[in-house]
Amino acid sequence: MKIQEADAKSLLLAQGLPVPEWSVARTPAEARAAAERFFAAGAGSVVIKAQVLVGGRGKAGGVKLASTPAEAEAVAERILGMSIKGIPVRKVLVATAAVIVKEYYLGAIIDRASRRIVVMASAEGGVEIEEVARANPEAIHRVSAHPLLGLFDYQARELAFGVGLGPHLKSFVRIAKGLVATMKANDADLVEVNPLAIVRETGPEGPVERLACLDAKITLDDSALVRHPGLEELRDLDEEDPADAEARHHDISFIHLDGSIGCMVNGAGLAMTTMDLVKRAGGEPANFLDIGGGAKADRVAAAMRLILADPKVDAILVNIFGGITRGDEVARGLIEARARQAREVPMVVRIVGTNAEEAAQLLREAHFETAASLDEAAEKAVAAARAVAAARAAAGAAATATGGAA
Amino acid sequence: MSILIGRQTRLVVQGITGREGEFHSRQMLDYGTNVVAGVTPGKGGLTALDGRVPVFNTVAEAVRETGANTSCIFVPAAGAPDAVLEAVGAGIATVFCITEGIPALDMLPTVEVVRQAGARLIGPNCPGATSPGQAKVGIIPGSIHRQGTVGVVSRSGTLTYEAVQAMTDAGIGQSTCVGIGGDPIIGTTFLDVLQLFAADPETEAIVLIGEIGGSAEEEAAAWAAEHLRGVPMAAFIAGRTAPEGKRMGHAGAIISGGRGTAAEKVAALEAAGIRVASSPTELPALLREAGYRG
Repeated sequence: MKIQEADAKSLLLAQGLPVPEWSVARTPAEARAAAERFFAAGAGSVVIKAQVLVGGRGKAGGVKLASTPAEAEAVAERILGMSIKGIPVRKVLVATAAVIVKEYYLGAIIDRASRRIVVMASAEGGVEIEEVARANPEAIHRVSAHPLLGLFDYQARELAFGVGLGPHLKSFVRIAKGLVATMKANDADLVEVNPLAIVRETGPEGPVERLACLDAKITLDDSALVRHPGLEELRDLDEEDPADAEARHHDISFIHLDGSIGCMVNGAGLAMTTMDLVKRAGGEPANFLDIGGGAKADRVAAAMRLILADPKVDAILVNIFGGITRGDEVARGLIEARARQAREVPMVVRIVGTNAEEAAQLLREAHFETAASLDEAAEKAVAAARAVAAARAAAGAAATATGGAA
Repeated sequence: MSILIGRQTRLVVQGITGREGEFHSRQMLDYGTNVVAGVTPGKGGLTALDGRVPVFNTVAEAVRETGANTSCIFVPAAGAPDAVLEAVGAGIATVFCITEGIPALDMLPTVEVVRQAGARLIGPNCPGATSPGQAKVGIIPGSIHRQGTVGVVSRSGTLTYEAVQAMTDAGIGQSTCVGIGGDPIIGTTFLDVLQLFAADPETEAIVLIGEIGGSAEEEAAAWAAEHLRGVPMAAFIAGRTAPEGKRMGHAGAIISGGRGTAAEKVAALEAAGIRVASSPTELPALLREAGYRG
């Protein structure tokens, strides 16, 4: 689960990391009020940042500076009116604009190949790490945390010297270990501070330079959310397709796509394969949907509702390889769901494995179109979707022709 | 012969009195697996599966009393890492963890302890393994198999069934089928299983079924190019149409930062001389084309 920058910063702060104060605003007026507070506290200018769960906010114009409260309000109004990569901006983060001396990258990930937490640092801050990895891989310094004992101080020091942060050694070591602590405390699979910056501030004895976390990106391990009830509240429902919440409620794994063939499958690997075969047969999948193991009739019905809620769906392909899942249970669910469904959509069903024969009989009696193999099922579903699209086009043309004649 | 499990397997099922544990233990027993014990803390002294299997409070006790050497875990996610550690602590050499939904950070210390103990963990979030005609451990339906000489290794469950069924239908039998699991942090990788197959005299050909996410297929392909020349191989990769940045059901099936795509994996496998099927139904034909005569 992705969380917003402001929430990620709260999690870093909770581990004692140096994160400059911020405020979240949902309206231009709120942004102005926040800016006024920062200016009153001595800010030279403020930064206004779109809060959306996609990368590239800066390039999209979602991060701007303002030097007066009025300007902050105007900038916030512009950003709150934008969409970034299709997502409307509903809130902005307001903070004092730091005086940046130099930017760095610091991140912690769970590395699959080494089965370790890997902490990465680079002197090329503010740039996406994937880009650095492609263009200049030797600029990335890496250490692996010990799987039982965690990140050692000396490893963090290696990173600090590697990227030239020797002068800020103690602070850097605290921050690097804090990233790993944040990861463990929240079951995150990614914690990124980009940029981690040397910022210049005016202290009582003149200017001082120190490290500060100016941005934060955290993704949480979905499997661990059950033991962090507080973190579930950070899920940004504004940015979530309502279908996702519905799917989660029914324990269905669902991802909405752009095509016209709805897919209902048991098992993630087989669900991906079914999508791939739809594509191979010349169609486009409308979704990824895994009903999970041991699905009963009610979950099948819920899956059907999810698929049919997408108006682009012209045909449905059901592919079940029964193991724990019983074919006859799925067949009953399909028959029930079809009886109640709001619109008529052609469906091709393939059920093999446990209780496949009972399923076949039920489907035959209910006059379902069936297929023996996965390849055949995909081809039939694509053909059915094409027929629906062709009929719609013909009806549209006829309507236009009638309209023209009248 | 076979790998991981066979006639020598003496299985203890952790969580045998739970709904899933009991159902699948029965299937394993009916398949002919030597299920020697079950473990449910607090139910020691009882029996499971109509009196056919004794239940113990601890794995150590089960090992002492029955000589169990392999474990299969059906314990819920919150207790599963502990179940793995208990099995390893009791001296179990091969541990299958079927449990889905274990937090990745729980698995890091767990796999390390398993490694230090010299034991082997398969999974978590895996369907288990079958050595047809000898034993099955986990949840793979026994009916799809046919005894033979092709080793199958996969990250998936039902997709594996699909591929194995296609092979069986084409008259191609299997030495052992192993599901290594769909999580990002797993105990046994493609590479580990390829090495086991390479050392198994009964395995004459190999089918690898991968999916998007991570780079385990690429690592396996590189090893195969060097060490499995002359071994007929075929592969399938799921997720050619998967969008970037979305977890496709399995916690480990995600393309991130442009890495872990099906295209990369297909390219790596083909570069290693391994043909990649565009549908699991093509696997038998590709195996034949690769020179498999079994």
